Amino acid sequence: MGTSYGRGGATTFQQDLQNADVIVIQGSNMAECHPVGFRWVMKARERGATIIHVDPRFTRTSAVANIHVPIRAGSDIAFLGGIINYILKNDRYFKDYVIHYTNAPAIVSDEFRDTEDLDGLFSGWNQQTTQYDKESWMYKGVDPAPAAGKREAGADRRGPIRAEHTDPTLQHPRCVFQILKRHYSRYTPEVVEETCGIPKALLIKVAETLCRNSGRERTGAFCYAVGWTQHSVGVQYIRTAAIIQLLLGNIGRPGGGIMALRGHASIQGSTDIPTLYNLLPGYLPMPKAKSDATLADYCRNNESPSGWWGEFPKYFVSLMKAYFGGAAQKENDWCYDYLPTLSGDHSHMNTVADMADGKLKGYFVMGENPSVGSMNGALQRKGLRKLDWLVVRDFQLIETAEFWRDAPEIHRGEVKTKDIATEVFFFPGAAHTEKSGSFTNTQRLLQWHHKAVEPPGDCRSELDFIYHLGVRLKKLYARELNERRNWPIRDLTWNYPTEGPRHEVVAESILEEINGYTTSDGKPVAGYTSLKDDGSTACGTWIYSGCYRDGINMTARRKPHWEQNWVAHDWAWSWPSNRRLMYNRASADPEGRPWSDRKKLVWWDEQKKRWDGYDTPDFIADRPPSYRPSKEARGKDTISGIDPFIMQADGKGWIFVPAGLEDGPLPTHYEPEESVIRNPLYGQQCNPARMEWRRRDNPYHRAFEDPRFPYVLTTYRLTEHHTAGGMSRWLSWLSELQPEMFCEVSPELASERGLANGGWATIRTARAEIEARVLVTERMKPLRVRGRTIHQIGLPYHWSSRGIVVGDTANELIMFVADPNVSIQESKAFTGMIEAGRKSKERRAVTSGAFVKQIDPEYWQRDLPIARNRGGGPHDSKAVETKEGNM
Amino acid sequence: MPAKGFFTDTTLCIGCKACEVACKQWNQLPDDGFFFTGMSYDNTVALGASTWRHVAFIERPVPLQTQDAGAFSWLFSSDVCKHCARAGCLESCPTGAIVRTEFESVYVQPDVCNGCGYCVVNCPFGVIDRRSDDNRAWKCTLCYDRLREDMQPACAKACPTESIKFGDLDHLRAEARARVEDLHEKGLREAYLYGEDEHSQPGTGGLNAFFLLVDKPEVYNLPPDPVVPTKKAKDAWTSMGVAAAGMALAAVGAVLWGKER
Repeated sequence: MGTSYGRGGATTFQQDLQNADVIVIQGSNMAECHPVGFRWVMKARERGATIIHVDPRFTRTSAVANIHVPIRAGSDIAFLGGIINYILKNDRYFKDYVIHYTNAPAIVSDEFRDTEDLDGLFSGWNQQTTQYDKESWMYKGVDPAPAAGKREAGADRRGPIRAEHTDPTLQHPRCVFQILKRHYSRYTPEVVEETCGIPKALLIKVAETLCRNSGRERTGAFCYAVGWTQHSVGVQYIRTAAIIQLLLGNIGRPGGGIMALRGHASIQGSTDIPTLYNLLPGYLPMPKAKSDATLADYCRNNESPSGWWGEFPKYFVSLMKAYFGGAAQKENDWCYDYLPTLSGDHSHMNTVADMADGKLKGYFVMGENPSVGSMNGALQRKGLRKLDWLVVRDFQLIETAEFWRDAPEIHRGEVKTKDIATEVFFFPGAAHTEKSGSFTNTQRLLQWHHKAVEPPGDCRSELDFIYHLGVRLKKLYARELNERRNWPIRDLTWNYPTEGPRHEVVAESILEEINGYTTSDGKPVAGYTSLKDDGSTACGTWIYSGCYRDGINMTARRKPHWEQNWVAHDWAWSWPSNRRLMYNRASADPEGRPWSDRKKLVWWDEQKKRWDGYDTPDFIADRPPSYRPSKEARGKDTISGIDPFIMQADGKGWIFVPAGLEDGPLPTHYEPEESVIRNPLYGQQCNPARMEWRRRDNPYHRAFEDPRFPYVLTTYRLTEHHTAGGMSRWLSWLSELQPEMFCEVSPELASERGLANGGWATIRTARAEIEARVLVTERMKPLRVRGRTIHQIGLPYHWSSRGIVVGDTANELIMFVADPNVSIQESKAFTGMIEAGRKSKERRAVTSGAFVKQIDPEYWQRDLPIARNRGGGPHDSKAVETKEGNM
Repeated sequence: MPAKGFFTDTTLCIGCKACEVACKQWNQLPDDGFFFTGMSYDNTVALGASTWRHVAFIERPVPLQTQDAGAFSWLFSSDVCKHCARAGCLESCPTGAIVRTEFESVYVQPDVCNGCGYCVVNCPFGVIDRRSDDNRAWKCTLCYDRLREDMQPACAKACPTESIKFGDLDHLRAEARARVEDLHEKGLREAYLYGEDEHSQPGTGGLNAFFLLVDKPEVYNLPPDPVVPTKKAKDAWTSMGVAAAGMALAAVGAVLWGKER
């Protein structure tokens, strides 16, 4: 989403779904996982919208949809590519929108070669680095940003990217539009049928429904969740939908957009103010060791001479003032050298692999249960066993805190508690009702919650824990504070007011800092446009600036929707600047008039010489539609009156991504790391740029047609439980509703494997073996793919060994493999075996010792000859057989 | 006080069970045990002493007219005490523990109930049930404590899709009839109301918690023609009375006839 539109958040808000004429839910089981937001989908359906659910299983979402499309897990790009092909072949795209608001007319470098030319690879594949060199993907005549070797981490670098040559007639053979047309020409209904198992007629029905419901008068929305992200080519799944929505003119308009549904209460918040290793608050990249030695380098690498990122230094300097207060001065580069710099990929799976190799000493686990919720549980616990210390904060003594005495390998006798040296510290956490704070929900909405009751006993909030940790660190370093290496601790502003008998931090004081203030008088700033790069403002997160405007906690506002218009601006507060529907300039035509009365949202008011509308305009308020930048323009001035995507360097929605992605400028269908079939579209089987951990404690199956593992497995959640179970498996009212681990299989598969409804089954991969109850259901449909029957097995992943309901953990089965852009694991499509009966004790996979598996000698089948031998890549562990793993 | 009740529109239900959980939380009910049934997503099976809202999951090999998903559909329905206009439990309660409230709901007073269990066999829906520890009878209270505070019942409050509607029965009935017409227009010809008044369900005198269904009642585990046993009892007493009177007449007649001879 970030590379397509400029911001990495849902483009719309759930209430707006009620305005849609068609809603495609794919890669999401919205009714089960987001039942409260789903009310707006139901409202749309009641108003006459068509609801389409594309999913391997017939779920509670399918049950209330108008159309259910069963799909082979891991083949979504082929299906969506088929829709793109249908749109282009039949000239059904929204011409005025595509020409003016997207980069379809841009002409791409002569060096660029498509997957059409290279059997599934793009130009620039580098055999040495096993990465793409992306220069050839750039617009023609534009100097690609000086690439300082391969970037260590996926965070975006925004060069001066603005097409030099365009063809508004979209006829030039090297313009984005024609490249797109060629790229998807092979995604015909026939190919989709033999890739996804979706009948031709059904694909055409979905495509036609989408086309019929777009244009000036009508709009359609997409909803997705981790069913799209958790693949080795996950980012490109979302990109495919992004392209469809640009072609149909559905972004920035009521009832349109892409709704990214987040899995937890504040997951959007934890990327905005990140728990991610490669970002600072507000999507400012973390400085890189190799390329960002000085502040000047860092700013040069991140500031864009065109578009909104020209404002970059204002946000960064204000952040440093918030961190280090008076110590941050222009003379010392605002304490730039206090920040740690990135030396490599420190995403979750890399960190765990490092841990298993003995490279990490300590680990904090808060609000997570990696032993259950993360892939390859055995490898996760192997990592924990190698630590010196582990801190777990949770409501309950979750499996991650108990790994040293209650884990499959301990019950099997493979590992003995007395041999584990890790010191575990458990801190009981306060629940959300027991602390004040804000949640940033799936639609970028910050909602404040007030403490209702005091937390019991020793339970404390995360805020309290972190604050007192900071206070103690300062105390610990008190005597050596003036040594240069301790200056970051000395100068860290940590003067938050506390209250109550337990000296808890006043949560609103944190929100004030996040909002930002003028350093002279501490008054809250009005929004991010007030931020300065001269040290006169401090701001904890520029995109949240405005949430404490005028000293009012905007996130605590609760005016009900029936007392205001449907956009409901006065309910809580959303970033950026309380806009609910992003890129809403696109709801008006190039002249600034609404495309239609029915889909009116934001428009240019010629009298007032301002943008106006139901929502806060996502545009420079007084920039007329007729404005065109001069050649000399810099920064914000380069945004023309018809550039709705103001965060992009060229103001356009990117159908083709010339820079910023690791695995190609256009989405291409690759099979999952483990598949049951060969890639029907290209010789290249898997995403060539995927991240692998080729270690003996992380064995992979064959790329396709592995006779040992003939079935497709997919994992998911149920309404009745919360992810890894920490919040539900200890609660009788939820546990009784789904009391046991089960697998969902079709009657056909049940008879093939002798499985009985309500009986036991054992599910096996090279990583692990688990047992589950069997639920035989017509909701699982075998698919016909290339003349074969493909069976899929559904596995919810909530259970483990603690709590009032126990069961085996589905994630034990899954390997480490990841998308190269965001390092997200592939848990939604992999292969396995199922047998009737309970599991044996002996056959289960092991992570160390004499019985670890050999690395599959046929792994090369995943890649074309030129992409083979993927050794020594820049990801620390990628394709590297570590010593430990070989033992 | 106007009569209050529920209109449960099963075509809007997404099977999330928020009603079940909200009910248990508000009323602090115990669990029913932790057993995997293998019956679709239903693991609490039926209404009972500790489950006052229960969501049924029906997988059927029949398509919905408004859906393109092959010859299959999955129905959800949140069941609850019907608060019958003629309540078998109330009419059979010998202690007066079961009363009709000012909201026309049927309420069991736990401090009066002596656990005799007459109500259990007199409910045509199998709703009311006794606890295994002290034998007292329990069922949905229509959140009487919440209604007294001008709040709606916990289940209706928690329902995210407005499948469970709470309100004045007159309004609900009008809304429900309009809803059926609307669904018929949209092509869902099977939609109908179950127990919305005494004409459609004379055996109970109509339900204060009625339903919109799209298949036969049996499919949802609801009786097709429920009759409150006490209603039959009245008939039985009447016919017994008639019979007795008849017999008396016959006896008197016989005597008179005999005398005349």
